[in-house]
Amino acid sequence: MTSLVVTSLSKNFGAVRAVDNVSFSIAGGEFLALIGPNGAGKSTCFNMINGQLAPDGGTVLFDGRGIAGLPPREICRRGIARTFQVAATFGSMTVAENVQMALIAHTREIYRWWRRAASYHRPRALDLLRQVGMQDAADRPCSELAYGDVKRVELAIALASDPQLLLMDEPTAGMAPGERNDLIRLVKALVIERGVSVLFTEHSMDVVFAFADRIVVMARGRIIADGDAKSVRGDPLVQQAYFGSGRTFERAGGVS
Amino acid sequence: MNWEGLAFQAVDGLASASGLFFVAAGLSLIFGVTRIINIAHGSLYMLGTYIAVSLASAIGGPLGFWGGVAATAIIVGVIGALIEIVLLRRIYSAPELFQLLATFALLLVINDAALWLWGPQDLLGPRAPGLRGSLEILGRHMPSYDAFLIVIAPVVLCVLHIVFVRSRFGRLVRAATEDRDMLGALGVNQSVLFTAVFALGAFLAGLGGALQMPREPASLGTDLTVITDAFVVVVVGGMGSIVGSYVAAVIIAEVKALCIGIGLVALGGVSVNFSKFTLIAEFLVMAVVLVARPQGLLGRPQIAVRGEAALEAPIRSASRTLTVFGIAVLVILAALPFLARSSPYTLVLGVDVLIAVLFATSLHFIMGPGGMHSFGHAAYFGLGAYGAALAVRWFAAPMGLALAAAPVAAALGALLFGWFAVRLSGVYLAMLTLAFAQIIWSIIYQWQDLTGGSNGVLGIWPNPPFDRLPVFFLLSLALVAAGVVLMRRILLAPFGYAMRAGRDSPLRAEAIGIDVKKVHWLAFAVAGTVCGVAGGIFAFAKGSISPETISIDHSVNGLVMVLLGGLGTLSGPIVGASVFAILQDFVMQETEYWHALLGGIILVLVLAFPSGLVGGFLRIAARWRRP
Repeated sequence: MTSLVVTSLSKNFGAVRAVDNVSFSIAGGEFLALIGPNGAGKSTCFNMINGQLAPDGGTVLFDGRGIAGLPPREICRRGIARTFQVAATFGSMTVAENVQMALIAHTREIYRWWRRAASYHRPRALDLLRQVGMQDAADRPCSELAYGDVKRVELAIALASDPQLLLMDEPTAGMAPGERNDLIRLVKALVIERGVSVLFTEHSMDVVFAFADRIVVMARGRIIADGDAKSVRGDPLVQQAYFGSGRTFERAGGVS
Repeated sequence: MNWEGLAFQAVDGLASASGLFFVAAGLSLIFGVTRIINIAHGSLYMLGTYIAVSLASAIGGPLGFWGGVAATAIIVGVIGALIEIVLLRRIYSAPELFQLLATFALLLVINDAALWLWGPQDLLGPRAPGLRGSLEILGRHMPSYDAFLIVIAPVVLCVLHIVFVRSRFGRLVRAATEDRDMLGALGVNQSVLFTAVFALGAFLAGLGGALQMPREPASLGTDLTVITDAFVVVVVGGMGSIVGSYVAAVIIAEVKALCIGIGLVALGGVSVNFSKFTLIAEFLVMAVVLVARPQGLLGRPQIAVRGEAALEAPIRSASRTLTVFGIAVLVILAALPFLARSSPYTLVLGVDVLIAVLFATSLHFIMGPGGMHSFGHAAYFGLGAYGAALAVRWFAAPMGLALAAAPVAAALGALLFGWFAVRLSGVYLAMLTLAFAQIIWSIIYQWQDLTGGSNGVLGIWPNPPFDRLPVFFLLSLALVAAGVVLMRRILLAPFGYAMRAGRDSPLRAEAIGIDVKKVHWLAFAVAGTVCGVAGGIFAFAKGSISPETISIDHSVNGLVMVLLGGLGTLSGPIVGASVFAILQDFVMQETEYWHALLGGIILVLVLAFPSGLVGGFLRIAARWRRP
């Protein structure tokens, strides 16, 4: 079962082809890492899938329907949830209210204007918080949590809409090495349990090679490799993209 | 309408564009570097005209005029530098709202200072020595001075342009406009740069004001009209772009000139006087630009300024103590007609306080939890008041019906303007709401046949039994209490949460499926509607209304009430409005310089009590509990 199919996706910023004719797909339940050196076009690609950028060309099909160019909220309603590189939560709400807000939005109850929001979906919110290990902080203000905990809350928020696909933009950025593994292990366990597919970008190679089912490597806007950890690791193009060919100095003539 | 007339108006428009350009360029420059919208920029322009007139009449002759203009620009530049050093330097890291309010407070103080120095009369300046004649253009006479103004603006533009491109100072200014954090990190002394930029902006405003001397008298009203015009120009041209300011100043001035040039036109049997639409035309241009190209014609999309304002604590539903306290206050208020039988004035003041409470609560609704800092909330108050009053005047509606018309009128206005407003954020939203309030004000002021113009609508009295003050007080109490409870419920319900979600993190809110703009738009409409009720009560409480109800002053009173109480709590606006209304009642009778006092209060609030009375009280209470 294929859940997301990206075909010939392109995006230009001025004269720069940030994403150039990129195609890949994610199967249901797959844990797919999108990696590449800085400036490879990962984030741009990512933002076209989640609706923050409209592509200049190409299509994004989700469950057979085109989603390219739709606003983020519409993409959420199609069953795609996301987390942000810098975790985004609602700072003026408690941890539980953050998840309740996501549940209220998911059930399309945001235009209710009389009954207290705190009484909506509370058990379900606590259950989601339990799954990410944050149930003890349920009634604390979200703004006073440690960053690693905010990331967990964000994960609970993302899961509240019962997504089929979870997009995670550098999920472990800004976290300590120990926390990184814990978080990704948690994500992996949750998505296997729920049968959710995950597309994530990541700079930490430890995380990528330990957890990803498949790895897509981008460089200069194009896909240069697509396969499992072993084949990607051995790929000469990938090695060249990350470590360079060593020819830069030869050509400049500085080193004989 | 004839083509020659239009063309002549178009040339004349260029002369007006000059004055506008000088203020707008300074405003834009200061905003670009310091990220502060200096509302007091209009005051600097006004001071420019006053000082120039004083100098010219004291010294006399060409030296008095031309030397005076130059001296004025320098004096105003120095005043600007002083303002920056004494006040603005303290609030660069404060939230945008506070910066806007602080500069507005400055405008109030300077206005009263000018009143004290020069008196309430308009002062006429001399005509320009050497340029008293006129040129013949298209068979009409145009004052040579206007021709001089047409030339001087592009000259100053070129000088500024060269300074910005060639000099080190100019490079620093451009760098600061782009990314001031980075500039600071590179070791540039920002304080000196900011002071210099502010002085330059003030210099331009002073120059603009001084050069207007032969065309317009020095008048205490110019500060506000000039700043609103200049703001429109800056928004249309793009914040931080000097060339954009000039282009926009020309566009705006031309649109206005064409409106005057077209004059009376018969449209389908009805004669429409276009010359009355100048203000509206100007704001229409801005609205179109803001929607089509939010960063302005030549502006760049704004980079988010790093370091957001501190987050507020979660809103909790009322504790039992607070609920009991609230009910107790309500009971005492309900008993007030009996308690205060000996002093009927208590009830008059009581109604004023109630109206203020509803006004402030509805403003807080969008400002606090919605994060939309409306600087024109009086528009919806005024629409409510006029909705009720005109229903009485034209349809002889009974009070009940007229009171129902108030929120309807306000809701329609809020739906229309809110649609534009929610497309923007921060200072842009603040100024757009202010602009909309000005549009409504000018429509009501100029549409004399319908609204009574500056005289307003008289003789709106309540029907029996509400013509008796105690009964009217109870009616007001019931309506206001219902309004306050409704707002509170909405804020604690999913809709209020969605609104706050959109404020806290628009990206996250959109990502979980919330249509943030739609939620904020509806919230804006709800706040406007409730505010309209306050306006309706006001009309019947006073028996007469005037365009004053929509004035910028009134909008700012609302802001002060909300800030006085504090943004972060739901009871803040109630306390703030009560304190403000009572204070206003007592102090206004005592002093001629109420504006300066109000400005002083705002400055103290912004500098010393940024979380307001209720926030300050909570902080002190927390300190007591923790020994």
